[in-house]
Amino acid sequence: MNRPPKILTFLSILSSILFLLALGLVLFFTPLEAKMNYVQKVFYFHLSSAWVGMLGFICAAISGIAYLVSQDMKWDIIEVASVEISLVFFLNAIVSGSIWAKPSWGTWWTWDPRLTTAAILEMIYVAYILLRQGIDDPERRARFSAVYTLVGGLSVPVTFLSIRLWQSIHPAIIVTQGTEGGSSFGMTPAMLFTMIFSILTFTFIFVTLLWHRIRIGHLAVLVAELRNQENEEMQS
Amino acid sequence: MIPYDISIRYMVAGYAVIILVLITYVLSLLSRWMVLKRNLRSIKDGIVRARS
Repeated sequence: MNRPPKILTFLSILSSILFLLALGLVLFFTPLEAKMNYVQKVFYFHLSSAWVGMLGFICAAISGIAYLVSQDMKWDIIEVASVEISLVFFLNAIVSGSIWAKPSWGTWWTWDPRLTTAAILEMIYVAYILLRQGIDDPERRARFSAVYTLVGGLSVPVTFLSIRLWQSIHPAIIVTQGTEGGSSFGMTPAMLFTMIFSILTFTFIFVTLLWHRIRIGHLAVLVAELRNQENEEMQS
Repeated sequence: MIPYDISIRYMVAGYAVIILVLITYVLSLLSRWMVLKRNLRSIKDGIVRARS
């Protein structure tokens, strides 16, 4: 548990380079959108943050299932790592969306189905982190968390599909025949390339951060075990 | 159409928030790692002291 594996170091450097490249593409490569001007450029990292947020919540639900099946604590470590990172990215998606909304819709926030379900999703997982702190027994905590992420994971498709299920003013990026309401903007090939590049970059960043966070989780378990051992030796 | 200067201001704000939040999270990971490593070292020293 000393130095990070070489592949993790490589991933960390690669993620940083990709992030700078994505930022460069957004600022200097993508054309300006006719109505929204520069504000539209917030969309690239907003969408990528939301994607990574949802990806992590799904990873947490899968880890929850894996824990319930195997009772292996490593899945609990992966689960909490996924939730924590996703919370950060999803917060970014909500805040950047709000910043985009102010000049576009004339308000920072509106109780639109997409915004409301996204806020609920974020709060569900904030509650997850808070509730975990209240359970001392590691196995009970892991069991509770696994069930919680499974149930909480149901809100991910609800948030994603909210603009299709209800009338929404939120722009639809993936436009299908069934998409009701909302609006979308015509993407040029450069815009589409930058969007895909940003999504891939954020996925790399997610994997890198997840790996680092899992290492911290393992170290925390080791410290807790050694502390118990130390206490036992002190008593005897 | 959103005026040029206003749209630039909001774009900068959006990216500043995203980058700052990510940097803060990375720093929090780094500080947690360092604190845990320090705790590990002090616990190991304590166990060695208790045994000797």
